[in-house]
Amino acid sequence: MLEIKNLHARIVDDGTEIIRGLNLTVKAGEVAAIMGPNGSGKSTLSYILAGREDYEVTEGDILYNGQSILEMDPAERATSGIFLAFQYPMEIPGVATMEFLKVAMNEQRKARGEEPLKIPEFLKRVKEAAASLSMDMAMLKRPLNVGFSGGEKKRAEILQMKLLEPKLCVLDETDSGLDIDALKIVSDGVNALRAPDRAFLVITHYQRLLEHIVPDSVHVLYKGQVIKSGDKSLALDLEANGYAGVIGEAA
Amino acid sequence: MNMHTQPQRTPAETALIDAFGDRLSLLPGDGAVMLKRDDAIEAIKHGLPTRRIESWHYTDLRRLLNVVPAFDPAALAKAVAPIVEGSAVLPVLNGTSDAKAPAIEGVAVQRLSEKLIDGSIVLGLDPYGSDDAIGALNTAFVADGYFVDIADGVELEKPIELQNLQAGGQTHVRLPVRVGAGAKAVIVERQAGEGAALVSSVSQLVLGEGAEVTWLIVQEQPDTATHLAQFKAHIGKNAKLTLFVMNAGGKLVRQEIMVKTTGEGADFKLRGINLLAGDAHTDVTMVLDHAVPHTTSTEIIRNVVTGKARGVFQGRINVHQYAQKTNAKMACNTLLLSDDGEFSTKPELEIFADDVVCGHGATVTEIDHDHLFYLMARGVDEKSARGLLVKAFVAEVIEELDDVTIVEALEARLDDWFLTHG
Repeated sequence: MLEIKNLHARIVDDGTEIIRGLNLTVKAGEVAAIMGPNGSGKSTLSYILAGREDYEVTEGDILYNGQSILEMDPAERATSGIFLAFQYPMEIPGVATMEFLKVAMNEQRKARGEEPLKIPEFLKRVKEAAASLSMDMAMLKRPLNVGFSGGEKKRAEILQMKLLEPKLCVLDETDSGLDIDALKIVSDGVNALRAPDRAFLVITHYQRLLEHIVPDSVHVLYKGQVIKSGDKSLALDLEANGYAGVIGEAA
Repeated sequence: MNMHTQPQRTPAETALIDAFGDRLSLLPGDGAVMLKRDDAIEAIKHGLPTRRIESWHYTDLRRLLNVVPAFDPAALAKAVAPIVEGSAVLPVLNGTSDAKAPAIEGVAVQRLSEKLIDGSIVLGLDPYGSDDAIGALNTAFVADGYFVDIADGVELEKPIELQNLQAGGQTHVRLPVRVGAGAKAVIVERQAGEGAALVSSVSQLVLGEGAEVTWLIVQEQPDTATHLAQFKAHIGKNAKLTLFVMNAGGKLVRQEIMVKTTGEGADFKLRGINLLAGDAHTDVTMVLDHAVPHTTSTEIIRNVVTGKARGVFQGRINVHQYAQKTNAKMACNTLLLSDDGEFSTKPELEIFADDVVCGHGATVTEIDHDHLFYLMARGVDEKSARGLLVKAFVAEVIEELDDVTIVEALEARLDDWFLTHG
């Protein structure tokens, strides 16, 4: 489903190269965990997948279902099924959450040639998704993410993921800022979405999240490259021994 | 030889002076009113204000007003549906009030032409100081409008919508409204039309003790029209006025706001939205007098500038010497969406009392790229995402009005603007 080939990318503003020859393949139905120390390029990778303009790909390619996505803008990537759950979701004053959800869902439907949702059906879906994440509907009456706690923002991201039904879900440190109860709710939300035709890229610092969202593969990112891949036992190994050993091996 | 040369009159000045001569026999008014008209046209004969007049510095009327259309008695303006369903509509079509305007319980409505003929509003015709070009223009030519008197204690359930609709030519309208003690009302002032008209419109509001009024000015003139308007209000003891101004049209627009707190406990809120497109020039100029102790005000203006449009906000707050414990805050925020657009903000605080809290701030920003990325990352295309963010920027001010029907009505006007200019 996702094939990243010899990817090199830098920050547009100052030319700093962050991703330096990254290779990664994720199959449909797979949950791939990306781990790595601070500054290894994890969040940058998630932004590049989503199409943020602050980064520029200088070499290599990203294939999604066999097609390069490099020329697609963020909206085109999203409507094609790529979803990024942000580490720090933006607060957007003045944009009502419900209105935003409706616009986003209908834009995606439009791109797939489907009719816009009727209001009762839309409300039903939002209510169900919110209930499954123990979210209060009153929260959704507020402007988008404004005044939400860190945990509420993460839940709101997963809510959007549920409603938009993407095919490639990129979760950028979704566990940061969550207490143990919220972590459980969010993980259950993600697990409920696991499907044979859907892949996940779970970016995290800690093994903790991977106890709840059990990955099929684990990849260690360091200095903009995948330096080691393995199964879930690699995450346990990292938790026990830290990154130093793996980094040493690669060097 | 002339000692000092009078600058040559512009075509617009000449057209106005000639039009006055032609119209004189048709203008309603008793002797006193006609004298006020004479004084007013004399002021215009001295020339329209230029940038050398401080209050007109950013809107050089003499240069900008280059075409004055002739009066067009055949123009037919059509009444429109009110922005809030069920409102009592008082239409002024092509400058003429309706003899069969609907009766509203607790409210006396009179055609302004009658008040001009009997001379009972003569005092209100005096211009506001020596640079009051809009007041003078209106006093010279005003032919009609409505006088609305809301009795003490009356609480209106539905808004009154004053519609001033033009279909070209010139229209000069006056809308005096008195709101009795303890009365409550929502008043919509609708300014629109279809022609390349010259419109002058003066609203005068007096709020009795404890009265509460929300007054909404919705200006949607076509991009060929010149719209020169004034809103004057006196806010009595413990009375509250919320003035909402939405400018969403016009070629040359100046909306002046002159408000005075006249009783302790008076509160004034100004919320304004200027949506500027094309090569429109839109100027909102406010003079607020805190004239007595213990009065409060807040002013928030949000501007969206696209194309080659130019906008102006001048906000002057005078705190008089005895007006202790005044609390006044003013903010003007602009979203500049094009390199060719511009917005000038001039806040002025003149404070003669020593125990007051006054502040002002102004910002100019572009669309936040992080916000744009976030919305696009959810599949909203760039154009729609920008639209959502721009709308959000101004909708924040509307949502503060916290009356659901009004908020929805104004958001519908906002959507309308984005549909044609988005």
